[in-house]
Amino acid sequence: MGPKSRRLSFILMVLVPLGISVALVLAALKDNIVYFYSPTELLVKKPPMGQRLRVGGLVKRGSYLLEDDGITSRFVITDKKNEVTAIHKGVLPDLFREGQGVVGEGHFNTNGIFEADKVLAKHDENYMPPEVAEALRKNGVWKGSEKP
Amino acid sequence: MIAEAGHFALILGLVIALVQGTFPLFGASRSNYGLMALATSSAHAQFFAVLVSFLCLMYSFIISDFSVVNVALNSHTLKPLIYKISGVWGSHEGSMLLWVTILALFGIAVAIFGNNLPETLKARVLAIQGLIGGAFIGFILLTSNPFNRLDPAPAQGNGLNPILQDPGLAFHPPFLYLGYVGFSVAFSFAVAALIEGRVDPPWARWVRPWTLAAWCSLTIGIALGSWWAYYELGWGGWWFWDPVENASFIPWLLGTALLHSAIVVEKRDALKSWTIFLAILTFSSALLGTFLVRSGILTSVHAFATDPERGIFILLLFVLITGGSLFLYAMRGPVLKGGGLFSPISREGALVLNNLLLTTGAAVVLLGTLYPLLLDAIGGGKVSVGAPFFNATFVPLMVPVLLCCTIAAMMTWKRADLLGILQRLRFVALTALIVTLVVLWLQGTKAILSAMALGVAAWLIIGSAVELSERIGLFKVSLMESLKRAFGMPRAAWGMSIAHSALGIFVIGVTASSAWKIEMIQLMKPGEIILVEDYKITFLGTSQIKGPNYSGIQGQFEVNMGGDVITMLKPEKRRYEAERSETTEAAIFTTLKGDLYGVLGEASGKEAWSTRFYFNPLVSWIWAGAIFMAIGGLISLTDRRLRVGAPKLASKPISNAAK
Repeated sequence: MGPKSRRLSFILMVLVPLGISVALVLAALKDNIVYFYSPTELLVKKPPMGQRLRVGGLVKRGSYLLEDDGITSRFVITDKKNEVTAIHKGVLPDLFREGQGVVGEGHFNTNGIFEADKVLAKHDENYMPPEVAEALRKNGVWKGSEKP
Repeated sequence: MIAEAGHFALILGLVIALVQGTFPLFGASRSNYGLMALATSSAHAQFFAVLVSFLCLMYSFIISDFSVVNVALNSHTLKPLIYKISGVWGSHEGSMLLWVTILALFGIAVAIFGNNLPETLKARVLAIQGLIGGAFIGFILLTSNPFNRLDPAPAQGNGLNPILQDPGLAFHPPFLYLGYVGFSVAFSFAVAALIEGRVDPPWARWVRPWTLAAWCSLTIGIALGSWWAYYELGWGGWWFWDPVENASFIPWLLGTALLHSAIVVEKRDALKSWTIFLAILTFSSALLGTFLVRSGILTSVHAFATDPERGIFILLLFVLITGGSLFLYAMRGPVLKGGGLFSPISREGALVLNNLLLTTGAAVVLLGTLYPLLLDAIGGGKVSVGAPFFNATFVPLMVPVLLCCTIAAMMTWKRADLLGILQRLRFVALTALIVTLVVLWLQGTKAILSAMALGVAAWLIIGSAVELSERIGLFKVSLMESLKRAFGMPRAAWGMSIAHSALGIFVIGVTASSAWKIEMIQLMKPGEIILVEDYKITFLGTSQIKGPNYSGIQGQFEVNMGGDVITMLKPEKRRYEAERSETTEAAIFTTLKGDLYGVLGEASGKEAWSTRFYFNPLVSWIWAGAIFMAIGGLISLTDRRLRVGAPKLASKPISNAAK
């Protein structure tokens, strides 16, 4: 193999994996990322039905209830302007509390109820997920400083 | 008094670090041996100063001195001793102090073990270490002093976040930091080499043990972290592609690439410029990891102590260190030419491919981690990038890495006979194919990806075994002769075989635990029975429990298999009064075949509890794989070649080598 074809094969060796990974990343960024919405943004932006998304806000006080099967919980996510009813089948995280920040990941079913298969509440009880804090701040509800 | 002593020792450490970072550098450029010798002594002094400071903080934690703010915020008298100690690095301030202590530890280690280094190189390496140390000690003193006093002192502390009160997490940060900070040595060697304009095989031999040691620690640190997430977070998962996890994984990927490219520098005097670049990138990614975790700019399941102001400071340090070294690289990098030529089909070629794929993989993980930030910055909305993204991008990139791993181990330097190697591997390929087909036959065509992954694992493990047996001439020469060859084999070769087959074990664990996981969520009353895999689980009831600093409820589940009671699962829900928070403690019954994993949920009505059980097949193989990888690295670290000093004359100035 002469120096020219050697150089060419090295260049190919670099470009082919790079090309493949760029293609993979672009495809994945189109399909595999999950957008975050506050209840108000949901009304404004109306994401397509069945799309996987995240909804965050505060758990409305007095809204939490366990359904009769004993494993499905139902609660309302609010940003103090609009609200969304969510259900979650399974065990909620330890720090899930009424009046506190929560982020659910899942999709809307045909009844307009948000079926969250993942519920994130934060480890630290003073902690507010940044997206939730900002969504609340936009609505003028959050009175905290920059640092929630 | 003790806290003030610690504070003073840290200031002393800063001054010494600045001396260490400046005079030897000056001395090296003027061939002033007196100034250069200052590097070694100041590395010793800096370590002792920082260590005293660290021990002072630890002492304040042990005696629960709540007049120190950091202790009051992160400790409690009722906490068991081990968590009082691990509380030292449970907070931001303490963990940064641990960071600089480990940095100074590596500094003194280079000073002690680096006797065979040329005078100027050693002085420069230690000086760079000193500059990094000075920057970070300065950061601690200016923004996060752990010795600040509180007046009046409270009678009791706030306690430590209960989920951090755990043996797995007590040792996770020290190992992780040994890894992160350990890469600083490779970085310092790289910058020193750029200053000297000289990279040669002895240089690679000096850098390699430090990189290996850091890599082993990082491997163990990440494994401990994921093991902790597995049993503590109670979701049965072990890796969430969470920003904080990614922040530790990116340096691991780059460090792995660095380990492999340094071999090429050492054996073939090639890939020098790339190796230097990689050493800079690896440490920079470790700094970036520190920044991401500490600044709190990313939503994470484990976003602990965070503060944007400090984040900006760390970002500044990151830009300074990375930018400065990359600038130096741009100025001096072109000088580092030369080295042996090789054909694309050769061991060098295979290692280049390995490096390309690993760095691309690291870039993809970095992109996925930062994408939400970038998109938000340009007003594109809030997104989260999770497992689906990484499964679609990172995993396909790693498949060729695993496939080439076995082939590359058999390749010769300069030019390899690919056909010949494939012929030698035909038995391995056949076995891998059989494994794939058997899994398909057992599990159906839906399991095609898992079947292929297990085939790849077989390819890795059996491939490593075949390579090893060829090397020692098993069945070709007498058994005694084979044994003799096995003992005579370089430790590095053993390390490689073990680490590569450990990768196979890891792949098996990952595949089986994600593909054939069983999850059951149900409401159970005492006396009720459920079946999970081969286990019959009977709910006996719950009882109140009381621990040293918590109270809670424990569920009792009897586990039957084949008519015998084999274990009791006792998952708990704990309430930590001091911290006013609750945790769920999963109960796990581990066997080689898989883990039975039980979680107690909420009480519902009279006596009924929601419960969650998982069967995670072969999940412990994941951590076994990681541990064997680290063992492979440690064995390689004991290679004689790395301890024997190379004669100084072997290193020629680059201008001669380039001819």
